[in-house]
Amino acid sequence: MIYDWLHNITGSAIAAAIIQSLLPLFIFILPFALFAVLLERKVSGHMQDRLGPMRVGYHGILQTIADIIKLIQKEDIVAAENDRRFFDLSPILVFAGSYAAFAAIPFSGAFIGSNIDLGIVYIVAVTGLVVAGILMGGWASNNKYSLLGAMRAAAQIISYEIPTLLIVVTVIMITGTMNLFTISEWQTQYFWNWLILGGPVFGTAKILLIPLMVISFLIIFLSTLAEVNRTPFDIPEAESELVSGYHTEYSGMKFAMFFLAEYANMFAVSAIVATLFFGGFQSPIGYLGNVFGVKWLIPIEQFFWFTAKGLFFVFVQMWLRWTLPRFRVDQLMAFCWKYLIPFAFVILILVGLITVLL
Amino acid sequence: MKDYILKFWQGLITIIIGMRVTFRHLFVPAVTIQYPTVKPELPERERNRLYVNMDDCIGCDQCARACPVDCIQIETVKSVPGDDLGVTSNGKKKALWVTKFDIDIAKCCYCQLCVFPCPTDCIYMTDVYEFSEFERENLVYDFVTLTEEEKIEKKKNHEEFMIKKEVEKAAAAKKKAEEEAAKKKENGDQPGEKPPDNKE
Repeated sequence: MIYDWLHNITGSAIAAAIIQSLLPLFIFILPFALFAVLLERKVSGHMQDRLGPMRVGYHGILQTIADIIKLIQKEDIVAAENDRRFFDLSPILVFAGSYAAFAAIPFSGAFIGSNIDLGIVYIVAVTGLVVAGILMGGWASNNKYSLLGAMRAAAQIISYEIPTLLIVVTVIMITGTMNLFTISEWQTQYFWNWLILGGPVFGTAKILLIPLMVISFLIIFLSTLAEVNRTPFDIPEAESELVSGYHTEYSGMKFAMFFLAEYANMFAVSAIVATLFFGGFQSPIGYLGNVFGVKWLIPIEQFFWFTAKGLFFVFVQMWLRWTLPRFRVDQLMAFCWKYLIPFAFVILILVGLITVLL
Repeated sequence: MKDYILKFWQGLITIIIGMRVTFRHLFVPAVTIQYPTVKPELPERERNRLYVNMDDCIGCDQCARACPVDCIQIETVKSVPGDDLGVTSNGKKKALWVTKFDIDIAKCCYCQLCVFPCPTDCIYMTDVYEFSEFERENLVYDFVTLTEEEKIEKKKNHEEFMIKKEVEKAAAAKKKAEEEAAKKKENGDQPGEKPPDNKE
């Protein structure tokens, strides 16, 4: 584990813990956000038969860096009627909520921020901070569009937490643990052992679980998509109706914080979906490290597979964005309460029966 | 209940169909043209900035007369016999010094009507279409190849030549008159030719 290694080097448990907690931010989230913004623009462009950014660097690879420099230079505008204290606090809360989720996500066999037993429940709980932050930001902005966006966001995120949690409970019933690291280890290194294909235990239960798991994967993917306010569930920041929702009034680095949080969130939910249903950091076809007998290669390969899976789901999110138009508010609520939640309940009961009887 | 399941199924299928369409478009070549570096191919008969090849211009003023918005202004000076103006590319002899050939491209309506009457094909549309300017005065294009001094010189030459010609003409007329008078004298005095010097 990286923590022990850091402890050996620094000789202090506190320093090791601080460095370890900063690792995902500096070696993962920031580079990922830089990359994801560019990826989003490139994917959007090519899906619309355009090219996307092409000017800064080769095929625009330095575009995001230029954008960041621009955002740093920008004036931080605060309107006179804003509630200054909460206005400043909101982006920090939103970012803290999405960053804290990374603490319990296992990046590889050798690195997990905090290997807590409540893992997945902790993630669901801590992302609740995002709702508070968004509502706070919308209210403190003193702007009707911001407030409307924030209220929609709160309603949407809270509604869609229900199907997410029901599916999470289903997964917990099968695996018998809430620890994401253990869930990843439990789905072993071959793709037919992953939960989307019924888990590593062979038998009747596995065959019965496959269709249920496919549907529950769809449900959790859609509901987490709604939780991070991505299209087609982006009514909180619907540009055509609400200017830009709860971050209308934000500018400069505060806006960048919201932006960073959005991309961090995108990866966080992709990582959760990948961990629950697609084996987390496990390789689908075994490890080169095992073949050649190089033990230190395995964690690196695991990190690669984890990032690849996460990025794949981030790509699917972008893909969906350019496929589906935005929901109406009533459609959004109907989709959650009339379709996702009943289906999630049925799956919960069926999986419960399967795990008890078989 | 059946309707409910059917709706769910239809939603799923249509999403998959839509995603297939967008995925296919990911690999369709982009229609974007990287404009300032890569220029779009223009149609064969595009009409853009006017250009005048002054080597061929004979100063006939036909383009200026054809122009519906009067954006071409031409002034010419006749050449004197000693001047060598050369010939145009299609063999026409030039007879005029063009001292002013201004095209106000800001007024130009790109109708191309000036191009057709030109007897030497020296005014034509180029494929240059990026010629914006910060000052409106910069859009008046001056095509004259003569320098200011040369213009003045040509004018002076012409005036001098005209004066000389006038003088010669006067001299010639005088001579002619004299000759005629002499002739008449030879033929015999006839009244009316010259008023008789009665007053003296």
